[in-house]
Amino acid sequence: MPGFLSPLIEPGFFSNLPVQTALVVGGVVAVVSGIVGTFTVMRGQSFAGHSLADIGTAGGSAAFVLGISPLFGFVAMNLMAAGVMEWIGIRRPRGRDLATGIVLGAALGLAALFLYLDTTASSTTGATVNVLFGSIFTLPASMVPFIAIFSVVAAAIVLVMYRPLVLTSISADLAIAQGIRVRLVGIGYLVALALAVSLSAVTIGAILSTALLIGPAATALRITNRTGRAAAIAAGIGVVATWLGVLLAYDSYYWFPNGGGWPVSFFVVTLIFLVYLLSQLRFRGRSAAQRRSTAAQAR
Amino acid sequence: MQGRAATGSDEILAIDGISVTLSGREILSDVTFHINAGEFTGLIGSNGAGKTTLLRVILGLISPSAGMVRVEGGLRRQPLIGYVPQRITLDPDMPLRARDLVGLGIDGQRFGLPLPSSTRRKQVDEMLEAVDATRFAESRVGNLSGGEQQRILIAHALISRPRLLLLDEPLANLDIGSEQEVVDLLARIAREQRIGVLISTHDMNPLLPVMDRIVYIANGRIATGTTAEVVSSESLTRLYGVHVDVIHVHDRILVVAGRREEALQHGDTESIVELM
Repeated sequence: MPGFLSPLIEPGFFSNLPVQTALVVGGVVAVVSGIVGTFTVMRGQSFAGHSLADIGTAGGSAAFVLGISPLFGFVAMNLMAAGVMEWIGIRRPRGRDLATGIVLGAALGLAALFLYLDTTASSTTGATVNVLFGSIFTLPASMVPFIAIFSVVAAAIVLVMYRPLVLTSISADLAIAQGIRVRLVGIGYLVALALAVSLSAVTIGAILSTALLIGPAATALRITNRTGRAAAIAAGIGVVATWLGVLLAYDSYYWFPNGGGWPVSFFVVTLIFLVYLLSQLRFRGRSAAQRRSTAAQAR
Repeated sequence: MQGRAATGSDEILAIDGISVTLSGREILSDVTFHINAGEFTGLIGSNGAGKTTLLRVILGLISPSAGMVRVEGGLRRQPLIGYVPQRITLDPDMPLRARDLVGLGIDGQRFGLPLPSSTRRKQVDEMLEAVDATRFAESRVGNLSGGEQQRILIAHALISRPRLLLLDEPLANLDIGSEQEVVDLLARIAREQRIGVLISTHDMNPLLPVMDRIVYIANGRIATGTTAEVVSSESLTRLYGVHVDVIHVHDRILVVAGRREEALQHGDTESIVELM
């Protein structure tokens, strides 16, 4: 390690196994969230993305009760919820938000039950915190292959359907006229979204996974005019924020107030929010300048 | 109304006795007309008259309860119909350049990532040039004006070299200047590329200088022919089933329902209803 980094990086950071797992898993999940999230924002499905995270809480907490990894609970619950949302949502033109809301309400009721059972009946005291705020440092290394598989599937769905996805995001009519089966694309996309949300839920937490999905994508959309680059930039922002978050969380074991360390999720989400704010300021500044120059030309 | 369309070599689209019933209501009734290559046809009717339904029947998205749609010609593997849907709102947040949207017209339905290719790029450049959109090709589609977006959507529909171009209310929300520009562009494309253009609108006036044929739709039925044949008091009175006056003001046409003479005598202007 170069000497100038030593005040920033505390001793033992790179040799620590949980840290290594956190860096790998966090990086992979951030890439998937960035790619999938770009289309979530383009398709105006941020509400569905956030709701899937909340809905998944029911699955994640149920998995704790059963004694299996919350990842499988999240994935199973989110895939089911995505299916129900699709099934209800097609019945009316503006039904998508309504369908999401109905499924969300039902699932949060289940989550309330299972989280209660987790804290009372089970011996795992940290269940609630793990499910809601993530467990990137306590993920067993045995889960890494599963996380890798789900990540590859989610990213592959989006990359394979890339062009039909862009067209359906612009206009369903335009896509239909070009022979695209819009409903099939919608279902495939919801599966990718369900997987991406599950992955970020186990790393930075169900409540905060929206930040990793939407934040980097919303920032990237401001920066570039090209869809592919937006996805790449979103993935990049997510990776940097996640790795910096892991580093700061590791460092924070020596911080105020009691040396217990600060949660990773706090750092990751805060960094993503700061990057978004910066991009907003830059964008506002630029468009104001454009307006002034147009006004000057008009005169 | 036109009789059975003869199958000439120039005929691109033949609509033969089409009726459409949606949830128990008859939207179109015995619609028959045809479109030839290089012809500019206006599909004129007020909102809810059945224009979009007719376009969707031609696209094959709605099956008629009676009648036949034939789209002729076109090489194998070549799409027959290009389509510009109505009222597309292109989100300013969408990270997509005008040239990307045009390129999606070539291969937007394909799976996998698009590979950069010089032939594809050249094809897009030529199309952008043809609709006079080179100037804003690199801009984000959502930031373009209504007229500029319309040009890009037309380029998107045309780049796959269809034989027939359908446009649903492409002049809505355009200012008068860009309205005329878009109409002139479409007329030039129809002529030069021998494409049949069918354009729906509730206001026929912008199309009057370029329209070869008019398909006037009301109450689910149509009257078709040249503008002079169709847009007359007798013909439209028959179509609407109420007395209709056709008033020429300079080079504009107003279609007005109600008994003008009586209304003017009694000063009862409320019974004069401007239909178009």
